[in-house]
Parts: sequence; structure tokens; C-alpha cells
Amino acid sequence: MLAAGWLLFPALLYTSTPQPAQFSHQAHGEAAGLTCDTCHGFTAEGRFAGIPTTESCAGCHSGLLGETESEKHFFANFVEPGREVNWLIYSRQPDNVRFSHARHVQVGKMECAECHGPHGESESLKAFERNRISGYSRDIWGPRMLRVGLKPGQGMKMDDCMACHRDRQVEAGCLGCHR
Amino acid sequence: MNAETVERAPRRYGMVIDLDRCSGCGACMVACSAENNVPPAHPQATERTGITLLRVVQVKDAASRGVAFIPMMCQQCGDDTPCMTVCPQQAVEVDKLTGVVEQMPQRCLGCRYCMTACPFQARFFNWWDPEWPAGMETTLNPGAAPRMRGVVEKCDFCQSRMHAAEDKAAMEGSREFEYTPACVEACPTRAIVFGDLNDPESDVSRQARNSFRFLERLGTGPKVYYRSRRPWLRTLASRVGAPPKKENGNG
Repeated sequence: MLAAGWLLFPALLYTSTPQPAQFSHQAHGEAAGLTCDTCHGFTAEGRFAGIPTTESCAGCHSGLLGETESEKHFFANFVEPGREVNWLIYSRQPDNVRFSHARHVQVGKMECAECHGPHGESESLKAFERNRISGYSRDIWGPRMLRVGLKPGQGMKMDDCMACHRDRQVEAGCLGCHR
Repeated sequence: MNAETVERAPRRYGMVIDLDRCSGCGACMVACSAENNVPPAHPQATERTGITLLRVVQVKDAASRGVAFIPMMCQQCGDDTPCMTVCPQQAVEVDKLTGVVEQMPQRCLGCRYCMTACPFQARFFNWWDPEWPAGMETTLNPGAAPRMRGVVEKCDFCQSRMHAAEDKAAMEGSREFEYTPACVEACPTRAIVFGDLNDPESDVSRQARNSFRFLERLGTGPKVYYRSRRPWLRTLASRVGAPPKKENGNG
């Protein structure tokens, strides 16, 4: 009964939605020779620009470059009509969280994968799982319900931020990370 | 992060407000509300139940027929901070890096002890959920999260602006930055000076030497200083008076 509960609860707690388009980080990273910041860059003010627009994708994909189904789908549905993709963002934090990518990457010299995990090597985008109660992405809590044995880059709760800050003895205060 | 990237030296942000320069125009109040995403007042809101993180208070002196306007906000008490000591939720802390009294709406349970404890009445309770007229939500500042009904809020020296300045400096690989709170920027007579009190060379440190603070004898160590040539204003600053009769009418 207990075992069934543990198996059933996550399935009930999260809704699962596929991304509106498919994307292989591996094909773009290793094969095309791009790095994270080619597409996920900063503005001059230090604001993280997040996920690229269709226009910046079309900078390379002005025509079909490969033969995959996902590229054809993306081209026909988004590049040609000039529509933005409504990506479901795995690592979206609540509004009251202030996370400065500039401080962590430019000053703290951290690698993207230290928080985001090795998804730069993934071949496809997994389904987006949303917590029915909080509305947050499952990546915030992490893949394991009990949060034991999480690997670095899994879980993006305040506890995870704090653990890293404590290890590195970086003081941030409350309003350093909240707004 | 290694040893060379340790945080910069702690700052102690403070303000000096020249009351002889303040014309009472209220531009600072507008700038403050816009910066901090304070919604338009609820129709039932009174002076105490509405939210004015920064208020310009008019005071009069009968003897000299003098009138003055006093911009009042959280005075960022540094010693035995009254609101912090009474909070049962640890929702109030004095930031070690900036000296700013931090209010965490996420932890606040809405008991309002801090509002009772605050000698400056600089804290406000969200009696209603924030609501913006249609279309106005597009003007919200993405750097400040709107607060929900049931929590207390107050001035935090525009942390949203500090964050933006921090991010911009970080793009150049630096931790050094300066920023200006919204009220300081909006003031047409430049009555407000803002800066780091730990830096003896800063404008704010130099002006703070020839100034007074409100209710200084309570020993809460406010970091907002006031200046005036008028003696009656200085006397007023140390007087604990009865609250105005109009206030707190509904509750």
C-alpha cells in the first residue's frame, strides 16, 4: 500500500505536457559547435535573455539545414509563419525569486551545468511536468520525491541554493535572492 | 567561487534628507509607488490602511508660523531594530552586507507586531489583494514582486534598483557599483542624498555629521538623517506626539 502510494503520488501530483517543438541540444552543441551562450546570452544590462526567439533561430535556419522531422515541424510551424514558440521552461522560479545569472556566471565563474544539469547533452526535450498544487516545474523539486541522493544540477529549491552558498561561504542575505 | 571572489566590504546604506529643500511636491511618493509596484489605493483605504512606503508628512509650528514637509520612510534602524526583535517569523532581518532592514513577505504571517513596534509608522499591511486597472499591469517593474493580501511591507531602499546595478556591474566582471533609489532620483530639489555611511568620503557621510534623526533617543540607530536650519523642526524630531486624530479611523 505504502509502495503503491509512493509510486502513485508523483504521477498524480504532476501534469505532463510535451514541449510545443522538439530540440536536440546535442545536435546543436557537439555537432554544430555551439556553446550555451550562443543562444542563451545576456543583455548589456546583465539580464539573462533566457530562451532564444524564433528570429534568432531563423538566423541559421533560414532554410532547412537537416532532414529531421523535428526541424521540418519547427520550420513549418514557427519559422515560416514567424511565430514564437511557447516553450515550457523547466527552471522557471516563482516571481519573488531574484536570480542573477550575471553574478553567478560572469563574476562567480560557474558553469551552466552546475545548476541546470547536463541537459546540454540531451538529444530531445523531455515532457514538462507541472506541480498541480504549486504550479511549479518538477525540476524545482528535483526528480526524486524524497530529495535524497540528488546529483548536482538536480533540484532548484531554496535549500539547493543555500547548500551551495554555505559550502562556498558566500553571504547573500534575504533580499540578495528575493525581491 | 574561490577566495578572490569573496563578497565586497559590507556597506551601510543611509540617507540624508534636507527638510529646508523639500517643497512637499510628492514626486518621491509617486516614484516610490511605481518602482515598488504598489497598486492604486483601494476605495476603502485610509491613511493607515493604504500603502505609502514613503509618505510626505506636513507639520506646522504655531509659534513661528512655520510649515515643513517631512518625507518619512522606513528609517532602517540598525540597533535593536524594533520590528526585527518582535517578529515571530524571522521575517525581518538586518542585511549584513547593506545594513538594510529586510522584510520577507514570504515568511510574514500578517500578525502586524512589527507595525506596532515601529516608532515611525513606516510599515504597512496589505489589507486587499493588489489590483491594477486593465492595461496598467504592463507598467509593473519586473524587479519587484507584488505583495499579496495579508503581509506587511516597507521601504527597502529600492533593492530592485540595487539588483539591477549589481547585474550590470557583474557583466563587466565587477562587484563594485553604485545605485540611486527612486525617491532620490525623482526629487526635483535634490533634497535627498543617498549613499554608503561606511565610506567617510561619501556625500551622505559628510552631510550626516551635521544632522539629526527622528526619535534618536529611543536608541534604535536609524540610518535616515534629516537636516534643517529651523530649531522647531529639530525639537519636533525628538518629541513623541499623539498620532493625528484622522489616522486609523477604520480600524
